[in-house]
Amino acid sequence: MGIMRRPFSAAGSPPRREKPKRQWGMVIDLTRCDGCKECTGACQNTHYLPNDHEWIKVYEIEGENGSKVFMPRPCMQCEEAPCLKVCPVRATYKSDEGIILVDQELCIGCRICMAACPYNARYFNYWEQVKPPGPFDNPMPEFPVPQQRGTVGKCVLCVHYTQVGRLPACVEACRMDAIYIADLESGVMTNRSGETYEIHQYLRENDAFRFKEELNTSPRVWYVAGHGQSLES
Amino acid sequence: MDRPIALERDNLQTAAIRPIVAPGTLFWPIAVVLGMIVLAGGVAFLQQLRYGLGVTGLNQNVSWGFYITDMVFFIGVSYGGAVTSAILRLTNAPWRAPMVRMAEAMALVTLLIGSLFPIIDLGRPDRMLNLVIHGQVGSPVVWDVIAINTYMAATMIFLFLPLIPDIAFCRDHIGSGAGRLRNLLYSRLSLGWRGTDRERNVLERNMTIVAVVIIPLAVSVHSVLAWLFGMTVRPGWNSTLYAPYFVVGALYSGVAAVILVIAGFRRAYRLEEYLTERHFKYLANMLLALAMGYAYLMFAELLTEGYKMEGFGEGQGSGALLQETMLGRYAPLFWGFVLGGLALPIALLSLPPTRTVGWIAVASGLVVAAMWLKRFLIVVPAMATPMMPTNWGAYWPSRVEIAITLAAAAAVPLLLMLFFRLFPIISIYEMEELAEKEHDTRSEAAPAGTG
Repeated sequence: MGIMRRPFSAAGSPPRREKPKRQWGMVIDLTRCDGCKECTGACQNTHYLPNDHEWIKVYEIEGENGSKVFMPRPCMQCEEAPCLKVCPVRATYKSDEGIILVDQELCIGCRICMAACPYNARYFNYWEQVKPPGPFDNPMPEFPVPQQRGTVGKCVLCVHYTQVGRLPACVEACRMDAIYIADLESGVMTNRSGETYEIHQYLRENDAFRFKEELNTSPRVWYVAGHGQSLES
Repeated sequence: MDRPIALERDNLQTAAIRPIVAPGTLFWPIAVVLGMIVLAGGVAFLQQLRYGLGVTGLNQNVSWGFYITDMVFFIGVSYGGAVTSAILRLTNAPWRAPMVRMAEAMALVTLLIGSLFPIIDLGRPDRMLNLVIHGQVGSPVVWDVIAINTYMAATMIFLFLPLIPDIAFCRDHIGSGAGRLRNLLYSRLSLGWRGTDRERNVLERNMTIVAVVIIPLAVSVHSVLAWLFGMTVRPGWNSTLYAPYFVVGALYSGVAAVILVIAGFRRAYRLEEYLTERHFKYLANMLLALAMGYAYLMFAELLTEGYKMEGFGEGQGSGALLQETMLGRYAPLFWGFVLGGLALPIALLSLPPTRTVGWIAVASGLVVAAMWLKRFLIVVPAMATPMMPTNWGAYWPSRVEIAITLAAAAAVPLLLMLFFRLFPIISIYEMEELAEKEHDTRSEAAPAGTG
């Protein structure tokens, strides 16, 4: 009766030698984000999502002096994820690359994960989703398209793209080059323009912080605020 | 209809089976009206199965609403049975005897209805069994499944055990008044009870065991329900007080519901001789004590949050929630609860002019309605409170949710009415057992040769 977690693999044969698994994360430079929400749109297009599902959602925060700061919020891919702890059927699980995934074949739609997520990053499929064109009738946790009615969905850090060397949809779409995809294992972070840094040094130098750090969720998304401003909430 | 010999016993037994043999002319009209409300709820649920939870008023911010409120409410109300039956049995309160059957039946009915709501709320109820097959023991939802099911089994046993001698009575004494099907039911369910001493001893021992076991089970159920909320970091829910808070709330609404049920059936079936003013006064005292207890816990919770007003500056956190609840958009509901669910009932129950059956029933009705409101105030505002730099969420129930909630409320009296068409409304066995005990203690107290 077990559910097979089907790994998304483009190649047919197994690798010849063991490569260390990537550990995906994200870095978002808030000094660059201008609130255009192209990231939200690209994600919704890629995954055929309805408008109320914003897997990456751009918040507007009033700064001092009436300035506005925009904050894109993908799933934080928490290392101590509350959603993981409360799921009654193990539909929410962590891949060996550190991505939190939802198996929509198992999910019973109780929505306690939505109650538990401190970042409002999970979205419930209240209605039947329109079937996208093409060969998209085999949804799997890594590419949950189409979303199943009565289950919960969220950002998967486009693991279906990163597995084959492509950038996540939001990273690709960000015309301000504000979103970086990062691999904590090798320490590499890069955006769509090819700007590449060593992540630990970058985070240190830019005073990067994580949102709601005090909740001990240990999120894998870091933010860089401009000029030492803090977005403490 | 055969009548037993002694006159006193005759009156009790006649009264106890009156709903079975002579339910009165209003029975069917009322049952039909209630049945139609239940049916409307059933139709609404079918709509939900067809189109999904989109037919509710739930959204991406407020993802729990009426159904979770109803779940906590109905399961909480079932605590009335645990209190009047189990606790009063263990504390040897003989005045409980005429009430226990109604209280236990109400406990089972409300528990059955309440435990439907987690299923009604599921996005994929067809995958319910995943909870058993793939259950993760770290999840409060799984704790819920375990706790509710064990408590339900205990409640069923607790209702059924003293029912056996009563069913045997029906088997032996009702005859043609009941019809063939009911007589078949009686002969099967009475399990061959003959009333021997050995049978009575076995029954008594098992009743005591279940009475002892059912109390921690009941406490576990509402503690676990509280932890569905308490194990998250949401403002208002992130409180260590939640488990005892919910348990006392359940006891409070449960005792009030018992009073309502007893007052209603007493009136309908003319049971004033057995359920006297004294019973209601004692129950009113219990309700009053629980009202004070609940008010205290609420005060402790609000004071602790209010002192710190966490997150208030950013429009988030328990500070913002408290502000909206007491002074903002939820203030009418909140103060409505404080007035109708605490202040007014406490006044009615404590002041001598209103300590009558009628007013005690009114106070209980207020408590039951207000406690539903309180559960709503626990579930929805916390979900509407922003956890990110965004606006407050909003929630309005849809017709489907309202219909299903009303159906559940109508199903309680309906199922009880049907139950008492089958089984005695007063526990003949326990009345006799307690009369015997009283007689024994009296003759023990009197010196030999007198009495």
